Amino acid sequence: MTVYERPFSVLVENTFPANMTYALRDVVQQYGNRTVLRVATLDIRQGENLAVVGPSGAGKSTLLRLLVLLENPARGDIRLQIGDKVFNQRTATISQRRQIAMVFQHPALLSRSVWKNVAYSLEIRGEADVRSRVQIMLEKVSLGHLTQKPAHTLSGGEKQRVAIARALITQPQVLILDEPTANLDPQNIRIIEQLIHEQCEQTTVIMVTHNIFQAKRLADRVALLLDGKIIEIATNKTFFNTPRDPRTQAFISGDIIY
Amino acid sequence: MQAKKPQKTKCWQPKKPEANLLGTFLEAAQEAIRLLLAMDPVLVEVLVRSLQVSASALLISSLVGIPLGTWLALAGFPGKRIATAIIYTGMGLPPVVVGLVVYLFLSRSGAFGSLGWLFTVRAMVVAQVIIATPLITGITMSSILAVDPDLRPQLRALGATELQTTRAVLLEARAGVLVGLVAGFGRVIAEVGAVILVGGNIDGKTRVLTTAIVLETRRGNFDVALALGIILLAVAFSINFLLVALQGKTTI
Repeated sequence: MTVYERPFSVLVENTFPANMTYALRDVVQQYGNRTVLRVATLDIRQGENLAVVGPSGAGKSTLLRLLVLLENPARGDIRLQIGDKVFNQRTATISQRRQIAMVFQHPALLSRSVWKNVAYSLEIRGEADVRSRVQIMLEKVSLGHLTQKPAHTLSGGEKQRVAIARALITQPQVLILDEPTANLDPQNIRIIEQLIHEQCEQTTVIMVTHNIFQAKRLADRVALLLDGKIIEIATNKTFFNTPRDPRTQAFISGDIIY
Repeated sequence: MQAKKPQKTKCWQPKKPEANLLGTFLEAAQEAIRLLLAMDPVLVEVLVRSLQVSASALLISSLVGIPLGTWLALAGFPGKRIATAIIYTGMGLPPVVVGLVVYLFLSRSGAFGSLGWLFTVRAMVVAQVIIATPLITGITMSSILAVDPDLRPQLRALGATELQTTRAVLLEARAGVLVGLVAGFGRVIAEVGAVILVGGNIDGKTRVLTTAIVLETRRGNFDVALALGIILLAVAFSINFLLVALQGKTTI
């Protein structure tokens, strides 16, 4: 983690670290009077896989909604660097937003065929080769045999695979996952984890998970969020073997109930 | 009136009610078929005018009601509840009251009297638009509210613009929106109170199926009136069947 000594306002665009995707400074999110998130500093490297763990209500989902630019923070700045362009939540253009894709815990699919759901991501971008790309993507998530099935008739695991397919088909630079395998059976978890793992090379992946073992399996770095604050962020090895904070210790050993 | 009940009720009783009713219906059905097969010019004219007036009204109402209903469902603004309650009240507007108000506005001394629209088909279209718009708005709104609220943010997070997202949500609600169109059309094609007030039921000018039924009933031509009623039902059925068939095609 890079530590900035100067406030972020001084950090002008050309000093944005070359290998970073995200730089968050003094980001605060409030709903009404309730402060749900307070992140002093968070840098996310290009191509890394960051897992965010923590109990329910810790602000994990809020953090993800901020990262995907679905909402704006009450205070602070979220800067992104994609390609060689730096932008923040206010200056992001639609084509920059389209470099970020998110998979939600409960996928909301269009009440159309599996095929149409996956093609949708390409259609809104006006991209070519829809037919072949959708077919390849659906084979990849093992749904090649269900292309014409209405999405609402699928099982939970199949729905989640459609959701991952429609996010991955555009080859986003940033992939954000909110509990992508919660309530799924082991086989679906295996398929989905494999897909996430394959993405790690080119894509910055940020995933929220309840499952610390999943974080251990997939993440380069792990962050623990408690009461809206990042308690600890460290490499996978450090986080699980030699955590600095006693609360991380307690969380890993299951003493913090969630 | 003074009570002379016993005798009166006796006079009102038809001798063979069932047989008579059935007979009348059969005659009416024969008459309806005869009129249709003969392409009776008066019937064709009245039928075409009915369809023109109601289709125009439906078109205008949809152009207003579908975007308005979508906006009401998706936007957050102060006074949304009041607006919703107003729309829902509008769904049950008594047509004859609509007719009266439109009449007052279009009459020579009214605010829009200078248009000279009273007793023309335009006045009838105006009245029908006022009747159908809240219906289409309200049903569009409720069917959009029934779409999974998670869908919008999730499509946004896939890179859809606000417009693309709204379009997708509207497409998700298409079955409900279609119900709104069917309900709106059904209401205006069957409507009589307002169109007779503002149209005047003028032969060859503003007479439509419903007002023709009123007239023929008053004249005592029950078979013709009933024949027109059967044709009106057939029209409504055909239109609805068309819409339902259309809906079936778009489910996947």
